[in-house]
Amino acid sequence: MTLRDRCAIVGLGYTAQGKVPGRKAMSFYLEASNNALSDAGLNIQDIDGILVQPCLTDPRVTAFGLAEEMGLNLRFGADQQLHGASSCAIIQHAAMAVDAGLCNYCLCAFAEVSRSASPPTGIVYQMAGSTNAAYGMFGVAASYAMIARRYMHEYGVTSRQFGAVAVTFRKHASLNPIAQMREPITIEDHQNSRWVVEPFHLLDCCLISDGGRALIVTSAERARNLKRPPVYIMGMGQGHPFNDPLKRQTLTVSGAAESGKTAFGMAGITPANVDICAIYDAFSFVVPMQLEDLGFCGKGEGGAFVEEGRIALGGELPTNTSGGLLSEVYIQGWVGTHEAVRQLRGDCAERQVPGAEIAIVTSSGGVLSTHASVILRK
Amino acid sequence: MSEEYRKPLPNIDDTNRPYWEATRRHELMLQKCRDCGHYRYPPGETCPGCLSNRLDWVKVSGLGTVYTWTVFHQVYHPAFAGDAPYAVVAIELDEGPRMVTNLVDCKPDDIQVGMPVEVVFDDVTGEITLPKFRPRAS
Repeated sequence: MTLRDRCAIVGLGYTAQGKVPGRKAMSFYLEASNNALSDAGLNIQDIDGILVQPCLTDPRVTAFGLAEEMGLNLRFGADQQLHGASSCAIIQHAAMAVDAGLCNYCLCAFAEVSRSASPPTGIVYQMAGSTNAAYGMFGVAASYAMIARRYMHEYGVTSRQFGAVAVTFRKHASLNPIAQMREPITIEDHQNSRWVVEPFHLLDCCLISDGGRALIVTSAERARNLKRPPVYIMGMGQGHPFNDPLKRQTLTVSGAAESGKTAFGMAGITPANVDICAIYDAFSFVVPMQLEDLGFCGKGEGGAFVEEGRIALGGELPTNTSGGLLSEVYIQGWVGTHEAVRQLRGDCAERQVPGAEIAIVTSSGGVLSTHASVILRK
Repeated sequence: MSEEYRKPLPNIDDTNRPYWEATRRHELMLQKCRDCGHYRYPPGETCPGCLSNRLDWVKVSGLGTVYTWTVFHQVYHPAFAGDAPYAVVAIELDEGPRMVTNLVDCKPDDIQVGMPVEVVFDDVTGEITLPKFRPRAS
Protein backbone atom coordinates (compact mmCIF):
# COMPACT_ATOMS: atom_id res chain seq x y z
CA MET A 1 0.00 0.00 0.00
CA THR A 2 1.36 3.39 -0.92
CA LEU A 3 0.36 6.95 -0.19
CA ARG A 4 -1.11 7.35 -3.67
CA ASP A 5 -4.27 9.50 -3.53
CA ARG A 6 -4.59 9.07 0.23
CA CYS A 7 -4.11 12.77 0.99
CA ALA A 8 -5.00 16.05 -0.66
CA ILE A 9 -4.14 19.74 -0.69
CA VAL A 10 -7.22 21.63 0.45
CA GLY A 11 -6.23 25.21 1.16
CA LEU A 12 -3.93 27.71 -0.51
CA GLY A 13 -2.70 30.90 1.15
CA TYR A 14 -1.12 33.81 -0.70
CA THR A 15 0.05 37.22 0.53
CA ALA A 16 1.11 40.49 -1.01
CA GLN A 17 4.23 39.59 -2.99
CA GLY A 18 7.04 41.12 -4.98
CA LYS A 19 8.66 44.14 -3.38
CA VAL A 20 6.88 44.49 -0.04
CA PRO A 21 9.13 46.50 2.26
CA GLY A 22 8.75 47.01 5.97
CA ARG A 23 7.31 43.64 6.91
CA LYS A 24 8.85 40.94 9.05
CA ALA A 25 8.83 37.34 7.88
CA MET A 26 6.36 36.36 10.63
CA SER A 27 3.69 38.65 9.20
CA PHE A 28 3.89 36.83 5.86
CA TYR A 29 3.72 33.40 7.53
CA LEU A 30 0.63 34.51 9.47
CA GLU A 31 -1.13 36.14 6.53
CA ALA A 32 -0.49 33.14 4.27
CA SER A 33 -1.64 30.71 6.97
CA ASN A 34 -4.80 32.67 7.65
CA ASN A 35 -5.60 32.83 3.93
CA ALA A 36 -5.03 29.08 3.55
CA LEU A 37 -7.54 28.46 6.36
CA SER A 38 -10.16 30.70 4.70
CA ASP A 39 -9.56 29.07 1.32
CA ALA A 40 -10.12 25.61 2.83
CA GLY A 41 -13.08 26.73 4.92
CA LEU A 42 -11.38 25.50 8.08
CA ASN A 43 -11.29 27.02 11.54
CA ILE A 44 -8.04 27.77 13.24
CA GLN A 45 -8.76 25.11 15.88
CA ASP A 46 -8.82 22.44 13.16
CA ILE A 47 -5.08 22.77 12.58
CA ASP A 48 -3.23 20.18 14.64
CA GLY A 49 0.00 19.87 12.64
CA ILE A 50 2.49 22.41 11.29
CA LEU A 51 5.51 22.05 9.05
CA VAL A 52 7.52 25.20 8.41
CA GLN A 53 10.31 25.96 5.97
CA PRO A 54 12.41 28.47 7.93
CA CYS A 55 13.18 31.78 6.27
CA LEU A 56 16.93 32.19 5.67
CA THR A 57 16.79 35.95 6.03
CA ASP A 58 14.75 35.84 9.26
CA PRO A 59 15.38 32.48 10.91
CA ARG A 60 13.55 33.51 14.07
CA VAL A 61 10.30 32.07 12.69
CA THR A 62 9.85 28.40 13.60
CA ALA A 63 6.92 25.99 13.44
CA PHE A 64 6.37 26.41 17.16
CA GLY A 65 6.79 30.18 17.08
CA LEU A 66 4.13 30.33 14.37
CA ALA A 67 1.90 28.01 16.41
CA GLU A 68 2.34 30.35 19.37
CA GLU A 69 1.27 33.37 17.33
CA MET A 70 -1.76 31.43 16.09
CA GLY A 71 -2.64 30.05 19.52
CA LEU A 72 -2.47 26.45 18.33
CA ASN A 73 -2.04 23.30 20.35
CA LEU A 74 -0.26 20.98 17.99
CA ARG A 75 -0.09 17.20 17.85
CA PHE A 76 2.62 17.28 15.18
CA GLY A 77 5.18 19.84 14.05
CA ALA A 78 8.67 20.46 12.72
CA ASP A 79 10.90 22.86 10.86
CA GLN A 80 12.22 21.36 7.64
CA GLN A 81 15.07 23.00 5.79
CA LEU A 82 15.79 21.46 2.41
CA HIS A 83 16.13 25.00 1.07
CA GLY A 84 14.42 25.23 -2.32
CA ALA A 85 13.27 21.61 -2.14
CA SER A 86 11.37 22.19 1.10
CA SER A 87 7.93 22.79 -0.44
CA CYS A 88 7.47 19.38 -2.05
CA ALA A 89 9.34 17.63 0.76
CA ILE A 90 7.09 19.25 3.35
CA ILE A 91 3.96 18.18 1.44
CA GLN A 92 5.32 14.63 1.52
CA HIS A 93 5.94 14.72 5.27
CA ALA A 94 2.55 16.30 5.86
CA ALA A 95 0.88 13.49 3.88
CA MET A 96 2.85 10.86 5.80
CA ALA A 97 1.87 12.40 9.13
CA VAL A 98 -1.80 12.68 8.18
CA ASP A 99 -1.89 9.15 6.82
CA ALA A 100 -0.20 7.82 9.95
CA GLY A 101 -2.84 9.50 12.09
CA LEU A 102 -0.40 11.91 13.74
CA CYS A 103 -2.50 14.90 12.72
CA ASN A 104 -5.66 15.65 10.72
CA TYR A 105 -4.91 19.00 9.12
CA CYS A 106 -1.28 19.93 8.55
CA LEU A 107 -0.50 23.57 7.83
CA CYS A 108 2.64 24.05 5.70
CA ALA A 109 4.14 27.53 5.41
CA PHE A 110 7.06 29.59 4.14
CA ALA A 111 7.99 33.24 3.68
CA GLU A 112 10.74 35.13 1.86
CA VAL A 113 11.76 38.65 2.82
CA SER A 114 14.88 38.67 0.69
CA ARG A 115 13.88 41.58 -1.57
CA SER A 116 13.60 44.01 1.30
CA ALA A 117 15.84 42.29 3.84
CA SER A 118 18.59 44.13 5.59
CA PRO A 119 21.37 43.18 5.08
CA PRO A 120 20.46 42.26 1.50
CA THR A 121 20.00 38.61 0.69
CA GLY A 122 22.89 38.72 -1.73
CA ILE A 123 25.17 38.53 1.26
CA VAL A 124 23.20 35.75 2.92
CA TYR A 125 23.20 33.72 -0.28
CA GLN A 126 26.87 34.17 -1.18
CA MET A 127 27.63 30.90 0.60
CA ALA A 128 31.22 30.78 -0.63
CA GLY A 129 33.67 28.88 1.50
CA SER A 130 36.68 31.04 2.17
CA THR A 131 39.01 29.00 -0.02
CA ASN A 132 36.77 29.53 -3.04
CA ALA A 133 36.34 33.20 -2.14
CA ALA A 134 40.11 33.62 -2.38
CA TYR A 135 39.70 32.94 -6.11
CA GLY A 136 36.76 35.33 -6.48
CA MET A 137 34.12 32.59 -6.38
CA PHE A 138 31.02 34.05 -4.71
CA GLY A 139 27.31 33.41 -4.78
CA VAL A 140 24.92 30.67 -5.73
CA ALA A 141 24.58 31.90 -9.32
CA ALA A 142 28.23 31.17 -10.10
CA SER A 143 27.95 27.58 -8.90
CA TYR A 144 24.89 27.11 -11.09
CA ALA A 145 26.79 28.81 -13.93
CA MET A 146 29.50 26.16 -13.72
CA ILE A 147 26.85 23.45 -14.04
CA ALA A 148 25.22 25.29 -16.96
CA ARG A 149 28.55 25.63 -18.79
CA ARG A 150 29.20 21.93 -18.40
CA TYR A 151 25.64 21.16 -19.60
CA MET A 152 26.24 23.29 -22.71
CA HIS A 153 29.55 21.51 -23.30
CA GLU A 154 28.21 17.98 -22.91
CA TYR A 155 24.96 18.37 -24.83
CA GLY A 156 25.33 21.41 -27.07
CA VAL A 157 22.44 23.29 -25.46
CA THR A 158 22.59 27.03 -26.15
CA SER A 159 22.01 30.35 -24.48
CA ARG A 160 19.16 31.04 -26.92
CA GLN A 161 17.47 27.85 -25.72
CA PHE A 162 17.84 29.09 -22.14
CA GLY A 163 16.33 32.33 -23.41
CA ALA A 164 13.31 30.46 -24.79
CA VAL A 165 12.51 29.42 -21.22
CA ALA A 166 12.76 33.00 -19.93
CA VAL A 167 10.64 34.38 -22.76
CA THR A 168 7.94 31.71 -22.33
CA PHE A 169 7.64 32.17 -18.59
CA ARG A 170 7.50 35.96 -18.94
CA LYS A 171 4.65 35.55 -21.40
CA HIS A 172 2.86 33.44 -18.79
CA ALA A 173 3.52 36.07 -16.13
CA SER A 174 1.98 38.72 -18.37
CA LEU A 175 -1.31 36.84 -17.85
CA ASN A 176 -0.87 36.67 -14.08
CA PRO A 177 -2.10 39.78 -12.24
CA ILE A 178 0.07 39.07 -9.16
CA ALA A 179 3.31 38.46 -11.06
CA GLN A 180 6.28 40.67 -10.22
CA MET A 181 7.47 40.98 -13.85
CA ARG A 182 4.69 41.23 -16.44
CA GLU A 183 6.28 43.08 -19.37
CA PRO A 184 6.80 40.59 -22.24
CA ILE A 185 10.39 40.02 -23.41
CA THR A 186 11.96 38.65 -26.59
CA ILE A 187 14.92 36.38 -27.21
CA GLU A 188 16.86 39.48 -28.23
CA ASP A 189 16.03 41.12 -24.88
CA HIS A 190 17.38 37.99 -23.21
CA GLN A 191 20.54 37.94 -25.31
CA ASN A 192 21.11 41.67 -24.75
CA SER A 193 20.51 41.62 -21.00
CA ARG A 194 23.69 42.15 -19.02
CA TRP A 195 25.95 39.30 -18.03
CA VAL A 196 25.81 38.33 -14.37
CA VAL A 197 28.08 35.31 -14.32
CA GLU A 198 28.59 33.71 -17.73
CA PRO A 199 26.81 31.86 -19.22
CA PHE A 200 23.97 33.65 -17.39
CA HIS A 201 22.45 36.83 -18.68
CA LEU A 202 20.35 38.72 -16.16
CA LEU A 203 17.19 37.20 -17.68
CA ASP A 204 18.46 33.68 -16.96
CA CYS A 205 18.27 34.39 -13.22
CA CYS A 206 15.23 34.20 -10.96
CA LEU A 207 13.77 37.18 -9.14
CA ILE A 208 14.39 38.27 -5.57
CA SER A 209 11.15 38.81 -3.69
CA ASP A 210 9.16 39.24 -0.52
CA GLY A 211 6.05 37.20 0.17
CA GLY A 212 4.56 34.19 1.91
CA ARG A 213 2.75 31.01 0.96
CA ALA A 214 0.89 28.40 2.96
CA LEU A 215 -1.13 25.31 2.17
CA ILE A 216 -3.05 22.67 4.10
CA VAL A 217 -2.79 18.90 3.68
CA THR A 218 -5.44 16.52 4.97
CA SER A 219 -6.78 13.04 4.25
CA ALA A 220 -8.67 12.41 0.99
CA GLU A 221 -11.73 11.56 3.04
CA ARG A 222 -11.74 14.83 5.00
CA ALA A 223 -10.85 16.76 1.87
CA ARG A 224 -14.14 15.83 0.18
CA ASN A 225 -16.18 17.79 2.72
CA LEU A 226 -14.30 21.07 2.47
CA LYS A 227 -14.94 24.29 0.61
CA ARG A 228 -12.76 23.84 -2.44
CA PRO A 229 -12.28 20.82 -4.72
CA PRO A 230 -9.51 18.58 -3.35
CA VAL A 231 -6.28 18.19 -5.27
CA TYR A 232 -4.98 14.70 -4.54
CA ILE A 233 -1.35 13.81 -3.97
CA MET A 234 -0.76 10.94 -6.39
CA GLY A 235 2.96 10.47 -6.09
CA MET A 236 6.03 11.80 -4.35
CA GLY A 237 9.77 11.36 -4.39
CA GLN A 238 13.10 12.87 -3.43
CA GLY A 239 16.65 12.70 -4.77
CA HIS A 240 19.56 14.48 -3.21
CA PRO A 241 22.89 14.91 -4.96
CA PHE A 242 25.12 16.30 -2.21
CA ASN A 243 25.94 19.92 -1.53
CA ASP A 244 29.09 20.64 -3.53
CA PRO A 245 28.39 20.07 -7.23
CA LEU A 246 32.07 19.63 -8.06
CA LYS A 247 32.21 16.49 -5.90
CA ARG A 248 29.39 14.84 -7.84
CA GLN A 249 30.23 12.27 -10.50
CA THR A 250 28.23 14.28 -13.01
CA LEU A 251 27.08 17.88 -12.98
CA THR A 252 24.45 17.37 -15.64
CA VAL A 253 21.97 14.97 -14.03
CA SER A 254 19.84 16.64 -11.36
CA GLY A 255 18.08 15.15 -8.35
CA ALA A 256 14.94 15.17 -10.51
CA ALA A 257 16.03 11.85 -12.01
CA GLU A 258 15.68 9.94 -8.74
CA SER A 259 12.93 12.14 -7.35
CA GLY A 260 10.80 11.80 -10.50
CA LYS A 261 11.33 8.05 -10.79
CA THR A 262 10.01 7.51 -7.28
CA ALA A 263 7.08 9.89 -7.78
CA PHE A 264 6.00 8.42 -11.13
CA GLY A 265 6.37 4.94 -9.64
CA MET A 266 4.03 5.76 -6.78
CA ALA A 267 1.54 7.52 -9.03
CA GLY A 268 1.58 4.62 -11.48
CA ILE A 269 1.78 6.96 -14.47
CA THR A 270 4.39 8.11 -16.98
CA PRO A 271 5.33 11.60 -18.19
CA ALA A 272 2.93 11.05 -21.12
CA ASN A 273 0.03 11.30 -18.64
CA VAL A 274 1.09 14.71 -17.28
CA ASP A 275 -0.88 17.77 -18.44
CA ILE A 276 1.14 20.56 -16.80
CA CYS A 277 4.48 21.03 -15.11
CA ALA A 278 5.69 23.34 -12.38
CA ILE A 279 9.47 23.08 -12.53
CA TYR A 280 11.72 24.78 -10.00
CA ASP A 281 13.34 27.48 -12.14
CA ALA A 282 16.01 29.22 -10.10
CA PHE A 283 17.84 29.62 -13.41
CA SER A 284 16.48 29.08 -16.91
CA PHE A 285 18.69 26.09 -17.80
CA VAL A 286 17.47 23.93 -14.92
CA VAL A 287 14.10 23.68 -16.67
CA PRO A 288 15.31 21.68 -19.71
CA MET A 289 17.67 19.71 -17.46
CA GLN A 290 14.87 18.65 -15.10
CA LEU A 291 12.46 17.92 -17.98
CA GLU A 292 15.10 15.50 -19.32
CA ASP A 293 15.70 13.94 -15.92
CA LEU A 294 11.95 13.48 -15.35
CA GLY A 295 11.69 11.66 -18.67
CA PHE A 296 9.74 14.20 -20.74
CA CYS A 297 12.50 13.97 -23.34
CA GLY A 298 15.83 12.20 -23.74
CA LYS A 299 19.02 13.32 -22.00
CA GLY A 300 20.48 16.25 -23.90
CA GLU A 301 17.24 16.93 -25.79
CA GLY A 302 15.89 19.46 -23.29
CA GLY A 303 17.26 22.49 -25.12
CA ALA A 304 15.38 21.68 -28.30
CA PHE A 305 12.35 20.55 -26.25
CA VAL A 306 11.81 23.99 -24.66
CA GLU A 307 11.95 25.82 -27.99
CA GLU A 308 9.04 26.47 -30.32
CA GLY A 309 6.25 26.71 -27.80
CA ARG A 310 6.07 23.20 -26.43
CA ILE A 311 6.23 24.39 -22.78
CA ALA A 312 4.08 27.49 -23.40
CA LEU A 313 0.38 27.90 -22.71
CA GLY A 314 -1.30 26.28 -25.71
CA GLY A 315 1.65 23.90 -26.17
CA GLU A 316 1.69 20.21 -25.41
CA LEU A 317 3.26 20.61 -21.94
CA PRO A 318 2.44 24.00 -20.40
CA THR A 319 5.11 24.66 -17.78
CA ASN A 320 5.30 27.30 -15.03
CA THR A 321 2.07 28.90 -16.13
CA SER A 322 2.26 31.57 -13.40
CA GLY A 323 5.63 32.81 -14.67
CA GLY A 324 7.61 30.75 -12.16
CA LEU A 325 10.57 31.98 -10.16
CA LEU A 326 11.91 33.69 -13.26
CA SER A 327 8.94 36.01 -13.69
CA GLU A 328 6.13 35.52 -11.15
CA VAL A 329 7.91 35.75 -7.82
CA TYR A 330 10.68 34.06 -5.84
CA ILE A 331 9.04 32.29 -2.93
CA GLN A 332 11.07 29.19 -3.64
CA GLY A 333 9.24 25.91 -4.29
CA TRP A 334 5.90 27.27 -3.12
CA VAL A 335 5.35 29.13 -6.36
CA GLY A 336 5.03 25.85 -8.25
CA THR A 337 2.91 24.03 -5.68
CA HIS A 338 0.33 26.80 -5.59
CA GLU A 339 0.13 27.30 -9.33
CA ALA A 340 -0.30 23.56 -9.94
CA VAL A 341 -3.14 23.34 -7.41
CA ARG A 342 -4.83 26.40 -8.94
CA GLN A 343 -4.59 24.93 -12.43
CA LEU A 344 -6.09 21.62 -11.28
CA ARG A 345 -8.91 23.49 -9.57
CA GLY A 346 -9.53 25.43 -12.77
CA ASP A 347 -8.87 28.76 -11.05
CA CYS A 348 -6.35 30.25 -13.48
CA ALA A 349 -8.64 32.46 -15.58
CA GLU A 350 -6.78 33.78 -18.64
CA ARG A 351 -3.91 31.37 -18.21
CA GLN A 352 -6.02 28.29 -17.42
CA VAL A 353 -4.93 25.12 -19.19
CA PRO A 354 -8.19 23.55 -20.42
CA GLY A 355 -8.77 20.09 -19.02
CA ALA A 356 -5.68 20.03 -16.82
CA GLU A 357 -5.98 16.93 -14.64
CA ILE A 358 -2.46 15.87 -13.67
CA ALA A 359 0.52 18.03 -12.72
CA ILE A 360 4.07 17.37 -11.63
CA VAL A 361 5.72 19.89 -9.31
CA THR A 362 9.45 19.91 -8.63
CA SER A 363 11.44 21.77 -6.02
CA SER A 364 15.19 21.98 -5.69
CA GLY A 365 17.55 23.49 -3.14
CA GLY A 366 21.16 24.53 -2.76
CA VAL A 367 23.04 24.14 -6.03
CA LEU A 368 20.76 21.38 -7.38
CA SER A 369 21.74 19.73 -4.08
CA THR A 370 18.29 18.68 -2.83
CA HIS A 371 15.26 17.72 -4.89
CA ALA A 372 11.68 16.76 -4.13
CA SER A 373 8.72 16.18 -6.46
CA VAL A 374 5.00 15.66 -6.08
CA ILE A 375 2.48 14.53 -8.67
CA LEU A 376 -0.96 16.03 -8.14
CA ARG A 377 -4.35 15.29 -9.71
CA LYS A 378 -7.81 16.77 -9.57
CA MET B 1 52.74 43.08 0.40
CA SER B 2 50.23 41.61 2.90
CA GLU B 3 48.91 45.01 4.01
CA GLU B 4 47.97 45.79 0.37
CA TYR B 5 46.28 42.47 -0.34
CA ARG B 6 42.53 42.99 0.06
CA LYS B 7 41.04 39.78 -1.33
CA PRO B 8 39.65 37.10 0.99
CA LEU B 9 42.14 34.55 2.26
CA PRO B 10 41.56 30.93 3.19
CA ASN B 11 40.89 30.06 6.81
CA ILE B 12 43.62 27.74 7.91
CA ASP B 13 42.69 25.10 10.48
CA ASP B 14 44.11 21.84 11.76
CA THR B 15 42.51 19.88 8.91
CA ASN B 16 43.79 21.92 5.98
CA ARG B 17 47.08 23.21 7.43
CA PRO B 18 49.27 20.62 5.62
CA TYR B 19 47.71 21.69 2.30
CA TRP B 20 48.56 25.35 2.82
CA GLU B 21 52.02 24.58 4.22
CA ALA B 22 52.70 22.60 1.05
CA THR B 23 51.52 25.35 -1.30
CA ARG B 24 53.81 27.76 0.53
CA ARG B 25 56.66 25.42 -0.43
CA HIS B 26 55.21 25.45 -4.00
CA GLU B 27 54.01 21.88 -3.76
CA LEU B 28 50.46 20.64 -4.36
CA MET B 29 49.57 17.95 -1.82
CA LEU B 30 46.27 16.15 -1.33
CA GLN B 31 45.01 13.57 1.10
CA LYS B 32 45.08 10.01 -0.24
CA CYS B 33 43.22 7.20 1.48
CA ARG B 34 45.56 4.49 2.72
CA ASP B 35 42.73 1.93 2.48
CA CYS B 36 41.11 2.56 -0.91
CA GLY B 37 43.48 4.95 -2.68
CA HIS B 38 40.87 7.72 -3.15
CA TYR B 39 42.22 11.30 -3.33
CA ARG B 40 40.12 13.97 -1.68
CA TYR B 41 39.83 17.76 -1.98
CA PRO B 42 39.02 19.98 -0.15
CA PRO B 43 40.78 18.53 2.90
CA GLY B 44 38.58 16.64 5.36
CA GLU B 45 38.56 14.13 8.18
CA THR B 46 37.52 10.96 6.39
CA CYS B 47 37.62 9.33 2.97
CA PRO B 48 34.33 9.83 1.11
CA GLY B 49 35.11 6.62 -0.79
CA CYS B 50 35.23 4.25 2.19
CA LEU B 51 34.92 6.37 5.37
CA SER B 52 38.43 5.42 6.46
CA ASN B 53 40.21 8.04 8.54
CA ARG B 54 43.65 6.83 7.50
CA LEU B 55 44.52 9.65 5.10
CA ASP B 56 48.09 10.43 4.03
CA TRP B 57 49.26 13.71 2.57
CA VAL B 58 50.91 13.00 -0.78
CA LYS B 59 52.35 15.21 -3.47
CA VAL B 60 50.27 15.15 -6.68
CA SER B 61 51.18 15.85 -10.29
CA GLY B 62 49.72 19.34 -10.51
CA LEU B 63 48.33 18.37 -13.92
CA GLY B 64 44.70 18.45 -14.92
CA THR B 65 42.13 19.78 -17.35
CA VAL B 66 39.48 22.49 -17.25
CA TYR B 67 36.22 20.81 -16.19
CA THR B 68 34.01 23.90 -16.35
CA TRP B 69 34.22 27.64 -15.73
CA THR B 70 32.32 30.87 -15.27
CA VAL B 71 33.13 34.52 -15.92
CA PHE B 72 32.19 37.02 -13.22
CA HIS B 73 30.78 40.30 -14.48
CA GLN B 74 28.88 40.91 -11.26
CA VAL B 75 31.24 42.13 -8.55
CA TYR B 76 30.40 40.48 -5.24
CA HIS B 77 33.47 41.67 -3.34
CA PRO B 78 35.08 45.09 -3.78
CA ALA B 79 38.60 43.65 -3.98
CA PHE B 80 37.66 41.98 -7.29
CA ALA B 81 36.18 45.13 -8.87
CA GLY B 82 39.37 45.83 -10.82
CA ASP B 83 39.48 42.26 -12.16
CA ALA B 84 35.96 42.00 -13.60
CA PRO B 85 35.21 40.40 -15.95
CA TYR B 86 37.35 37.63 -14.50
CA ALA B 87 37.14 33.84 -14.85
CA VAL B 88 36.89 31.24 -12.13
CA VAL B 89 37.57 27.70 -13.30
CA ALA B 90 37.03 24.21 -11.95
CA ILE B 91 40.04 22.02 -12.70
CA GLU B 92 39.78 18.24 -12.72
CA LEU B 93 43.13 17.04 -11.46
CA ASP B 94 44.65 13.93 -13.06
CA GLU B 95 44.28 12.28 -9.63
CA GLY B 96 40.50 12.85 -9.71
CA PRO B 97 39.43 15.69 -7.41
CA ARG B 98 38.10 18.95 -8.86
CA MET B 99 39.14 22.31 -7.48
CA VAL B 100 37.96 25.89 -7.85
CA THR B 101 40.82 28.15 -8.91
CA ASN B 102 41.95 30.75 -11.45
CA LEU B 103 43.91 30.44 -14.68
CA VAL B 104 46.93 32.60 -15.35
CA ASP B 105 48.27 33.43 -18.82
CA CYS B 106 44.83 32.80 -20.32
CA LYS B 107 42.09 35.28 -21.24
CA PRO B 108 38.49 34.33 -20.35
CA ASP B 109 37.61 34.12 -24.07
CA ASP B 110 40.29 31.47 -24.62
CA ILE B 111 39.08 29.03 -21.96
CA GLN B 112 37.69 25.72 -23.16
CA VAL B 113 36.42 22.64 -21.36
CA GLY B 114 39.08 19.95 -21.53
CA MET B 115 41.99 22.38 -21.89
CA PRO B 116 45.15 20.83 -20.31
CA VAL B 117 46.59 22.89 -17.45
CA GLU B 118 49.37 22.71 -14.89
CA VAL B 119 49.71 24.18 -11.43
CA VAL B 120 51.59 27.40 -10.68
CA PHE B 121 51.95 29.06 -7.31
CA ASP B 122 50.94 32.63 -6.50
CA ASP B 123 52.49 33.97 -3.28
CA VAL B 124 49.68 36.41 -2.53
CA THR B 125 50.92 37.31 0.97
CA GLY B 126 53.91 36.39 3.08
CA GLU B 127 51.89 33.57 4.62
CA ILE B 128 49.54 32.39 1.89
CA THR B 129 50.30 30.88 -1.49
CA LEU B 130 47.35 30.14 -3.76
CA PRO B 131 47.72 27.33 -6.28
CA LYS B 132 46.54 28.50 -9.70
CA PHE B 133 46.82 26.92 -13.13
CA ARG B 134 48.10 27.81 -16.59
CA PRO B 135 47.56 26.22 -20.00
CA ARG B 136 50.06 23.56 -21.04
CA ALA B 137 50.66 21.55 -24.18
CA SER B 138 48.61 18.34 -24.01
